[in-house]
Amino acid sequence: MRLAVVAGPATTGKTAVLRQVVRRLLARGVAPAFLKIDVQYADEDEALAAEFGIPTRKVYSGELCPDHCSVMVLGDAVRWAAGAGAEVLLVETAGLCLRCSPYVDGALGIVVLEATSGMNLPRKVGPMLSLADVAVVTKIDRVSQAEREVFRARIEDAAPSVLVREVNALHGIGIDPLLGTLLGGPQLVLGEDLEPRGLRLRGAPPVGTCTICVGKRDVGWRSHFGVVRPLESATFYRGE
Amino acid sequence: MLDSLTILGGRSRTGEPEPVGRLDLRVGEVLAVVGPTGSGKTTLVNDLELFADGTTSTGRKVLVDGVPPPSRMRDEPSASPIALITQHTSFLSDLPVGEFLLTHARIRRSPTAAGRVVEETLAFANELTGEPIDARSRMTDLSGGQARALLIADATVVCDTPVVLLDEVENAGIDRARALALLRRHRKAFVFVTHDPHVALLADARLVMKGGAMTALLRADEADRRLAAVAGRMDFALARVREAIRAGERLAGSELEAFA
Ligand SMILES: Nc1nc2c(ncn2[C@@H]2O[C@H](COP(=O)(O)OP(=O)(O)O)[C@@H](O)[C@H]2O)c(=O)[nH]1
Ligand SMILES: Nc1ncnc2c1ncn2[C@@H]1O[C@H](COP(=O)(O)OP(=O)(O)O)[C@@H](O)[C@H]1O
Ligand SMILES: [Mg+2]
Ligand SMILES: [Mg+2]
Repeated sequence: MRLAVVAGPATTGKTAVLRQVVRRLLARGVAPAFLKIDVQYADEDEALAAEFGIPTRKVYSGELCPDHCSVMVLGDAVRWAAGAGAEVLLVETAGLCLRCSPYVDGALGIVVLEATSGMNLPRKVGPMLSLADVAVVTKIDRVSQAEREVFRARIEDAAPSVLVREVNALHGIGIDPLLGTLLGGPQLVLGEDLEPRGLRLRGAPPVGTCTICVGKRDVGWRSHFGVVRPLESATFYRGE
Repeated sequence: MLDSLTILGGRSRTGEPEPVGRLDLRVGEVLAVVGPTGSGKTTLVNDLELFADGTTSTGRKVLVDGVPPPSRMRDEPSASPIALITQHTSFLSDLPVGEFLLTHARIRRSPTAAGRVVEETLAFANELTGEPIDARSRMTDLSGGQARALLIADATVVCDTPVVLLDEVENAGIDRARALALLRRHRKAFVFVTHDPHVALLADARLVMKGGAMTALLRADEADRRLAAVAGRMDFALARVREAIRAGERLAGSELEAFA
């Protein structure tokens, strides 16, 4: 059993890439399952189930941050997928927060970025890019070759260890090498109960005492405690 | 260094084998790709750029020096010996021209050569377009003609690849015959998708596309060369008239007499 966690800003082409991946996995006789994690609305699970007849499901994170939600449900999801006979579980996450990332050690982490997004994007997405194993760049059909190469250089500058793969997800161009990376990647270790062993969130998550996350809505740093900062200060102040 | 590219024919849009079953393109040659809209010209150029291996919609295969290319050429754009200039004439990149070229030169060439390469690229581009490009202007602010000139210069000077593919250069405001003459100075294989008779006649051969298939390869002959010379003079005369009109001048009426 293999696991790939796919993150990236909205509409970059995560589903389009996964659709191409699923098509090729099936052609090779490898059984995939698909899980979509989103905040409040998603229909990718229904679309992929209808198109390919594979086991799919979704979970809404609601009040939780989607990455937090993913840590909660990923163990159950692997058990579900393994029970459904899948050999590869593909997880598409919303990837809303640029401070942390949903990737786990023992599984492939894929960030999907679009070539049309502007040259500074690789510097802005933080751990969602730097902690990924692979950066898939979509929509290369919409830019010149020169821009494509410069966009790749900007990614490599921001995250030198990440493998870059350029694709046209609409026509499935460039997807095959990605499949090699996925199927050559790590295998999960499953217990008797199909529960994965030793899956750990990659990287250091942000400080977890956010007064806003726990529901305090008053604006202004004086109303908060933990990590606060006024406008006229470049550094974060802890311990208020 | 690459010496030749080969296209092994696949199938037409209706599934028949292509009449031209094999096409060899050597470095130093210029190939014009001609045919009506929808005949498959862009698709052919894409097959070349992707080093098609029989899995694209046409079933064509591309060989480099007679053998299938190493996967590195496909997977790593800056290792590709092919530079493609597509029909897009607008940039989405939000960088200043100078920084864009510097980044590209750094990965395609070397960090130490980058500064010189950028200057050379801008000079080349400015020979192709009547509206000079400033290194400080943003890529997104370039006109269609400037963008196209910059892309051609980038492919020729920065990428300096042995093969350059140009898809319908004529749609933007650059001097095509001059571009071809400048490009000929570099030892490369050029593939032009073109509707321009002068450019097509200046090529070493014309590949004719129809219904998604390569239907004929016409090597340039004596008649083509004779016509190319006349077409060049007509282009030149017409360009003079165009310039005079743009400059707001009155015309004598006899400017194109030689061709009447
Ligand atoms: N031109 C082009 N469009 C793409 C490509 N990949 C995705 N799209 C389009 O981008 C839009 C968003 O894609 P989707 O996969 O739903 O994005 P997601 O929100 O990241 O899952 C859709 O309209 C896709 O058809 C690509 O490589 N080229
Ligand atoms: N050999 C082929 N088999 C299947 N489809 C093809 C083939 N050649 C071209 N096509 C399709 O025909 C359409 C028009 O081709 P295109 O290359 O854009 O034409 P042109 O550039 O000459 O206007 C495209 O949708 C392309 O995918
Ligand atoms: Mg999606
Ligand atoms: Mg075309």
